[in-house]
Amino acid sequence: MFSRDRWNEIFETISKNRLRTFLSGFTVALGIFIFVILFGFGNGLKNSFQKFFLDDATNTFFLYPGKTSKPYRGFKSNRRIEFKNDDLTDIKENFPFFLEYITPRITRGALVKYKSESNNYTTRAVAPSHQFAEKTIIMEGRYINQRDIQLKKKYVVIGRLVKNDLFGSENPIGKYIDLSNNNYKVIGVFQDDGGDNEERLIYLPYTTRQQLEKSNDKIDRMIVAFKPELGHAGAMTFESKLYTFLKDKHNIAPDDENGIYIRNRADQLKQNQQFASILQLIVTFVGLGTLLAGIIGISNIMVYVVKERTKELGIRKALGATPKSVIGMILHESIFITTLTGFAGLILGVTVLNFFGDRLKDFFILDPYINTGTAIFATFLLILFGAIAGYIPAKRAAKIKPIVALRDE
Amino acid sequence: MIHIQDLHKSYQMGSSSLHVLKGINLQINEGELVAIMGSSGSGKSTLLNILGMLDSGDSGSYTLDNTLIKNLDETKAAKYRNKFLGFVFQSFNLINYKNALENVALPLYYQGFSRKDRLKKALDYLEKVGLKKWATHLPNELSGGQKQRVAIARSLATEPKVLLADEPTGALDSKTSKEVMQLIQNINNEGKTILVVTHETDIANMCKRIVHLKDGVIVEDKKVNQVIL
Repeated sequence: MFSRDRWNEIFETISKNRLRTFLSGFTVALGIFIFVILFGFGNGLKNSFQKFFLDDATNTFFLYPGKTSKPYRGFKSNRRIEFKNDDLTDIKENFPFFLEYITPRITRGALVKYKSESNNYTTRAVAPSHQFAEKTIIMEGRYINQRDIQLKKKYVVIGRLVKNDLFGSENPIGKYIDLSNNNYKVIGVFQDDGGDNEERLIYLPYTTRQQLEKSNDKIDRMIVAFKPELGHAGAMTFESKLYTFLKDKHNIAPDDENGIYIRNRADQLKQNQQFASILQLIVTFVGLGTLLAGIIGISNIMVYVVKERTKELGIRKALGATPKSVIGMILHESIFITTLTGFAGLILGVTVLNFFGDRLKDFFILDPYINTGTAIFATFLLILFGAIAGYIPAKRAAKIKPIVALRDE
Repeated sequence: MIHIQDLHKSYQMGSSSLHVLKGINLQINEGELVAIMGSSGSGKSTLLNILGMLDSGDSGSYTLDNTLIKNLDETKAAKYRNKFLGFVFQSFNLINYKNALENVALPLYYQGFSRKDRLKKALDYLEKVGLKKWATHLPNELSGGQKQRVAIARSLATEPKVLLADEPTGALDSKTSKEVMQLIQNINNEGKTILVVTHETDIANMCKRIVHLKDGVIVEDKKVNQVIL
């Protein structure tokens, strides 16, 4: 099988039958190339999806106040519920086992001015731990800290696009912006993977916002994060306990679903993950389809190659070639060509994928890649099927009597 | 050298069967140059195919160089062909992407000669047929006569016991036919047993013995005065 003579014979045949070599080689190289590209793009699509939908922390609940729909403990129905600062402290005190962090979020629109530039933005008054809930990434300066909260500092952290709009290339840190006719000092600039809207936000301490609104202690909504190690079941327990606790505290009937709403990111996460796995399934399906087309392609070529060589094989047999050596020769040749060109196609495909990187971001394809294992497995699969596809006609050709093969003009 | 006794062969043609060879008895000794003649359909090609182990008879026996040729599987047949027989075909059957030298060397490859040895030996045989200068030419750069001479060199390279030539001059004009037959005579004169299948009388007369086939039986078997070229 590995004698030098055999290799010589193979090389000679290959170099003197360029078209044949090219056809089978090209089919395999193209098959692998397209497989790598499509599979890589599929993975790129998945990357984009993860970035868009799995951007924020996933171990959080959102709590919204609503209106009661049932009378309870002497309160009438249709009573508006409001969260206050003591809700934050109560949750902290009662659920230390489950709680990772908690932050309020008071959302207001505001007209923001800096020098001659002005624009309307959404502001969020929050606590420092809000940074984890949104996975906010600080580019310059810092985020709001506990001291800012205590001292009710008039500080803001602005989004990357806010900075671009108002400051252009100017460094915004330490500058004052006019926010609804109050001056705030910019202490940080952030970016967020959640998209443009998330980068047009302005964060400030929630205590500052409360002071501004007649020194009340109201908070719009709360974001509660549970310890991730609790898992899905633990999160569900926490959710129901928290719900019961808050209903009792705010005098809402236990069976009243409208007093307080809880949105559970853990459930959302599960849905998103299901969607991601469907995407994965589609990618796999596309990959398998391409591979199948490649296999059919190489099979056809091999059948053609053997057919074309029938006469030559007849001559070889008349000169003393055994059926085994005839089959061996065809397989040896085809495996050699498909291996060589298969890996060439693989390397080319991976190179092209790497070249794309984030250039196709606009088409929702981000950092396309293929893991080495999958790519090599696909290449071997194509080589294997090329060999099988060659083996069947080769076996038949080796079986027919030389005289029949020789008559085949 | 060759001993055939009561050889029968029929082909299945759909529902009917065609009885091609109807009891052939033939004895060919070493060093003979035998022409097998007959019109098309006489069974001469079938006989040659059986002699060449490219086909097998239905009944009767075939002994070649004291070896009974019977129930051969493909691998064994290939081995025997390589060891005992050399073939020359009407359509030359050279491999068109190999040059003359490589074509001659090919049967030696299947005998397991090293590359160096087989190329040296092949060149010797090309010289013998007068084509040493054409060693590196591809078949399509050679004339019909030259191609046939390459094919003869190839058939001789393995030093076979018997040379089987199926209409060796069938595709050649009369002048080159004579050249090829002269070569065959020379090889025969060196002691090689040769069988030539032909339907041309003048070609047959260049042999030493003529076996005439008609409708699957030998109707005539005579020694002739060889036309020496």
